[in-house]
Amino acid sequence: MLASRALVRGLQSGFWRRVSTSSGAWAAHTHDVDVLDCSAPQYNNRLDTPLPDVPFVRNLSAEQKKLKEKEKGPWTQLTKEEKLAIYRLTHELSFSEMKKGSKEWMTVLGGMFFFFGFTGLLVWWQRVYVYGDVPHTFSQEWIDKQTQRMIDMRVNPVHGFSNKWDYEKKQWK
Amino acid sequence: MMISAAVLRGLASLTRARASHTAPLAIRCYSHAKVETDEEFDSRWVTYFSKPDLDAWELRKGMNTLIGYDLVPEPKILDSALRACRRLDDLASAIRILEAVKDKSGPHQEIYPYVIQELRPTLQELGISTPEELGIHTV
Repeated sequence: MLASRALVRGLQSGFWRRVSTSSGAWAAHTHDVDVLDCSAPQYNNRLDTPLPDVPFVRNLSAEQKKLKEKEKGPWTQLTKEEKLAIYRLTHELSFSEMKKGSKEWMTVLGGMFFFFGFTGLLVWWQRVYVYGDVPHTFSQEWIDKQTQRMIDMRVNPVHGFSNKWDYEKKQWK
Repeated sequence: MMISAAVLRGLASLTRARASHTAPLAIRCYSHAKVETDEEFDSRWVTYFSKPDLDAWELRKGMNTLIGYDLVPEPKILDSALRACRRLDDLASAIRILEAVKDKSGPHQEIYPYVIQELRPTLQELGISTPEELGIHTV
């Protein structure tokens, strides 16, 4: 909240800076109330709704009001800057600004990888410092005896385990 | 056609109580609603925006609805909408409409220059600048 109010004041320091003074947002800013009246029409930037319900700037300064009066006359008499200012009074972002996108995805991806890495460290630490020894049936001696037993009893002789053992030459195929 | 009719009759004899469900093959199951032609659609929208006492809400509603359709509006509809903006003293909406047309064209980049070319007399008459002339077509 405080950051956005400072931002509003910063924006107002320039000429024709775009500040939303549409009633709902302004009320939230000036009266320090966090509640936006959702029953009132709000401004929005949408590609599929080119003409928003309310203009972006509703509380016009004296200069802006004069510009609006000039808009009622022939538009051929408006300069490019005036036309641009009129556009910015009603619309916060142009279509190209709306479609611009951001680099946020890099932040998201980077954050994901960071936390994956952090979790990996935790998992490694757990494996080394928390887990006890593996059962004795994983020792090499046991596995050798186990493998010999599997060969002797012809485990999966057609396509599987014993199929890979050459019984004549007594070695793996 | 004839063979399948015989098969159908054969099937009908197997399932005794279902004679009413065998649909005649000649009628297709299309809707009987009248389809609006493109010209009727265009003239309906031109008439909508041509209403002399069109108010701001109706302009916004019409434009937002039109942009919601899966098509790029014809220049004559846009011409009518731009003149409605003029009646309502709303230059910003006129420029916004041109931006929306460019956006609606999507990947078909030849549509927008064609529309601007068709609308050029109106744009000059009313004094509407295109987004390109104002520099808001790029960021």
